[in-house]
Amino acid sequence: MLYAILCYAHEETVFAWTKEEEAAVMEKLYAVQEPLAKAGKLGPVGRLMPTTAATTVRKGRDEALVIDGPFAETKEALLGFYVVDFDTLDEAVAFSKQLSSVNPGSTSYEIRPFYVFRPGDAAS
Amino acid sequence: MTDIAWIDLALASARPKALGALLRYFRDLDTAEEAFQEACLRAIRTWPEKGPPRDPTAWLIFVGRNSGIDAVRKRSKLQALPDEDTISDTEDAESDIAERLDDSHYRDDILRLLFICCHPDLPATQQIALALRIVSGLSVPQIARAFLVSESAMEQRITRAKARVAKAGVPFETPSSEERAERLSIVSTMIYLIFNEGYSQADPRHEAAAFSDEAIRLARLMLRIFPAEPELMGLLALMLLQISRRPARFSAEDEIVLLEDQDRSLWNQLFINEALALLDKALRHRQPGPYQLQAAIAAVHSRAKRAEDTDWVEIDLLYRALERIQPSPVITLNRAVVISKLHGPEAALDLVDPLGEKLDGYFYYHGLRGNLLKQLGRHGQAREAFDRAIALAHSAAEAAHIRRQIDKMQQEAGQAAVK
Repeated sequence: MLYAILCYAHEETVFAWTKEEEAAVMEKLYAVQEPLAKAGKLGPVGRLMPTTAATTVRKGRDEALVIDGPFAETKEALLGFYVVDFDTLDEAVAFSKQLSSVNPGSTSYEIRPFYVFRPGDAAS
Repeated sequence: MTDIAWIDLALASARPKALGALLRYFRDLDTAEEAFQEACLRAIRTWPEKGPPRDPTAWLIFVGRNSGIDAVRKRSKLQALPDEDTISDTEDAESDIAERLDDSHYRDDILRLLFICCHPDLPATQQIALALRIVSGLSVPQIARAFLVSESAMEQRITRAKARVAKAGVPFETPSSEERAERLSIVSTMIYLIFNEGYSQADPRHEAAAFSDEAIRLARLMLRIFPAEPELMGLLALMLLQISRRPARFSAEDEIVLLEDQDRSLWNQLFINEALALLDKALRHRQPGPYQLQAAIAAVHSRAKRAEDTDWVEIDLLYRALERIQPSPVITLNRAVVISKLHGPEAALDLVDPLGEKLDGYFYYHGLRGNLLKQLGRHGQAREAFDRAIALAHSAAEAAHIRRQIDKMQQEAGQAAVK
């Protein structure tokens, strides 16, 4: 089963990391990812640009509305995601716990199984 | 969570919001700062043990407010101190505050906090120092080192600037939308000044180099609370595009590398991508402004894979638009560079020469003029212009860059003489 592991955190804190802090965090996160990658179970891992760079298209009465944001109404924002292949939810939970233990921020990980409609090739 | 580094980060990112709210409450910058300091001390004592609160900013405002009230009472000696216990259980009150404080509350608080640092009577360097001290929470020694002055001189400068601001009175009424737009634009200018103070440093290890990152952090904060302001998007995009080139701007010998000679593979593509996304977003608003236009110009360079792929026609159009909304001899000077690419040095010189009256004290004016004269083979005049530029250079790297141009010119002249 493919799982998307969605990473939510305080954007302000994460984007306040210095280059050194960022590098230290990423190194620890890579260490957690490495065994999965070696086993061929790790799909793309993405960091989203900050919500300030985002645009939302929302259904309007006549025409869809194009608006800035998502605005920071939400204290925690979706900052990134993993695609991983696990047999059970327990494995996904264990992996997310590992990620969480090396991530210094108050990050939460949401685990969502998903189906592939189109594998796509834009990122390759 | 016992990671002190995390607490430092949380305190730093909460600072503008919390300090802004405390300033609104106490209406006095010193009291607000003391209250915030006290709240931070308590955070460092209690968070490692109890874990971080759900909303650090609300916690800091609540605790800071209580300790500020205590301090005011202590000073006025009117009332006995309340127990430490009454503020130790902050959980309920904190969530109460968190619910009432959304971004629309922070918006004017932070804007006011930044705005008071931009007091028009203060020279730009003092505005920058004050903002870095108050809003960003940098220490006086850090700021002093960056400005190459002694700690006591900087301390004095900041104290004087604060006194002047206090005397002028801080505007606490909710600004009208026009006033808000005006404040926003003044604050944007100040943020850009902070950025440039750092960006002009050749050496990334120099204390001031960190100012650029701080300016970007402040711009992100502003954009988060004013998410539909195209000029803020433009400002952030502009700074990201400029800083994306930092790794390529100086050679290993600390020499300036011109845009056209930079190794573009060194440009930070992450910053560029974010900036391009922001700029696209901004342009959709159809409210062009100087930051968006400057960012758009920088973006044209960033989109060109090689220097010779640069779309100079597009850049010329953007500079003309910029000249229209913000006429300035410096912008015309920049356009002259574009004209030299499109129509040659003669046409560019026609544009540059009339600017002499206004830009006689400007390094880049003489540098560019020298360069154009050199291209036209008018070496004597070029030499004069270059000498003038060296006298006006801000850094050793700038002076060295001009000296290399002179050397090159003399070499060429020497070769021509031999032939």
